[in-house]
Amino acid sequence: MKTILVPFLNFSESAQGRVVPPSGFTARLTVLTAAAMAFLAVFALALSLATGRLAERWGNELARASTVRISAPEDQVDAQIKAALDVLNTTPGVASARALSRDEEMALLEPWFGPSLPVDTLPLPALIEVIETTEGYDGEGLRLRLAGEAPGAVLDDHSRWRRPLIKAASRLRLLGYVSLILMTCVTAGMITLAANAALAANAQVIRTLRLVGATDSYIARAFERRFTLRGFTGAVIGAFFGTVAVALLPSAQQEGGFLTGLGFSGLQWFWPFVIPPLAAFVAFLATRFAALQTLRRLM
Amino acid sequence: MIEFHDAGYGYGGRELLTEMTLSLAPGSFHFLTGPSGTGKTTFLKLCYRELQATAGRVSILGQDTRDMGRDEVAQLRRKIGVVHQDCQFLDHLSLAENVALPLTVADRPRDDQDLVDLLAWVGLSEQIKAKPPELSGGERQRAALARAVIMSPDVILADEPTGNVDWEMSLRLLQLLVELNRMGKTVVIATHDMHLIRQAKSQVQARVLRISNRRIQQAGVDL
Repeated sequence: MKTILVPFLNFSESAQGRVVPPSGFTARLTVLTAAAMAFLAVFALALSLATGRLAERWGNELARASTVRISAPEDQVDAQIKAALDVLNTTPGVASARALSRDEEMALLEPWFGPSLPVDTLPLPALIEVIETTEGYDGEGLRLRLAGEAPGAVLDDHSRWRRPLIKAASRLRLLGYVSLILMTCVTAGMITLAANAALAANAQVIRTLRLVGATDSYIARAFERRFTLRGFTGAVIGAFFGTVAVALLPSAQQEGGFLTGLGFSGLQWFWPFVIPPLAAFVAFLATRFAALQTLRRLM
Repeated sequence: MIEFHDAGYGYGGRELLTEMTLSLAPGSFHFLTGPSGTGKTTFLKLCYRELQATAGRVSILGQDTRDMGRDEVAQLRRKIGVVHQDCQFLDHLSLAENVALPLTVADRPRDDQDLVDLLAWVGLSEQIKAKPPELSGGERQRAALARAVIMSPDVILADEPTGNVDWEMSLRLLQLLVELNRMGKTVVIATHDMHLIRQAKSQVQARVLRISNRRIQQAGVDL
């Protein structure tokens, strides 16, 4: 197991590794902590990446789409749609403008009211979908022109509700990253505690090693190897199960909205592979810090 | 080899040893004696820098021990073999691994044949794979002696090496230490066993250092 998992650590119960007696409690604690933190880290990573994608998508899609709503007496609706389309098609920055059919309107309402909604009997406004060019249009100018040509037309450029959504997604992404940092700190803290416990339990071993000429760095390395391996092993287990759990989440669906899009996409599936080496590195640093501090105190 | 210049040691405002001025010459053989609790172990600890003199100066193998860094102390201890009173071993390692521990921590290659010969010299060929808890008191003392000499140190310090063994084993250990002295090693044995010191008279020229009233008294070559 050890030789398979960490060939890069050159860990094969070397003479240096063997000078520290095998310990059950701290070993299990470290592996368990690293596994739990790696499992949670996969979710935090998935959340951060998913919200990042979401914020980007909402930002791009909503920024380039807007709607013109026409509320007018029934006999004037068609005329006002035509007038509004004429205005829109001659407005710089508008790539296309198209009136939605009754079926399309019904499809928009179906998730809320069900398929049997009698759309024809309801006084619904007519909708025109407007797609902008990358340069965009002058919103205020367009509103003034629409007010002159089609009095029942109201332009909704989505900015009112787009901003808080993007802000919420960005905050979620930030929350995910903060969670990752906290998990790293907690892992480092737990491994430091476990390393301190191991060092205290092996005070006599350390004393013997010092008396036969072992340097602090030699003794510290013996502990570092152990805890680095344990941190790595635990993180591999945790990251594996975390990734499997994320993969088993429902895939992204239009109807499900945000929650079904939680996961990795494309090359993002490689990100969980970063967690075990990172955990090993954190374990290495935490153990080195704990070992050198303790050794200076011991003798 | 080891020099004390008006050196002393104390802690908590209390002096344990004071005004020690002496030199342990290369190839010499010393007994350090005195009643229990007078500071024999403390004196030996000053000799391998587990303790640092709080007064005066102690020089070991030409190095002033006052301003030594921790790594320098570790390097120094590789040149001094110590047989501790309580024979500290790593219980999870075999006897052979314990004896070879100084080589391991110094990242030096281990010659298995040399190790076997060394264990044969101290009479532990049969216990090569045994763990320390399986060894008797005498076997542990001999194993500690083997570990102390495996780096071929110039100085060997033994703290009550015969304290927990019978007379026959005491003589065997003394014989081993005398053999080492004949190879040119400086040997210091802390003991309060006067019979052992008298027994050594026929085998080696030894100087007796007696700790009395917190001071070292040198008794001369003849016992």
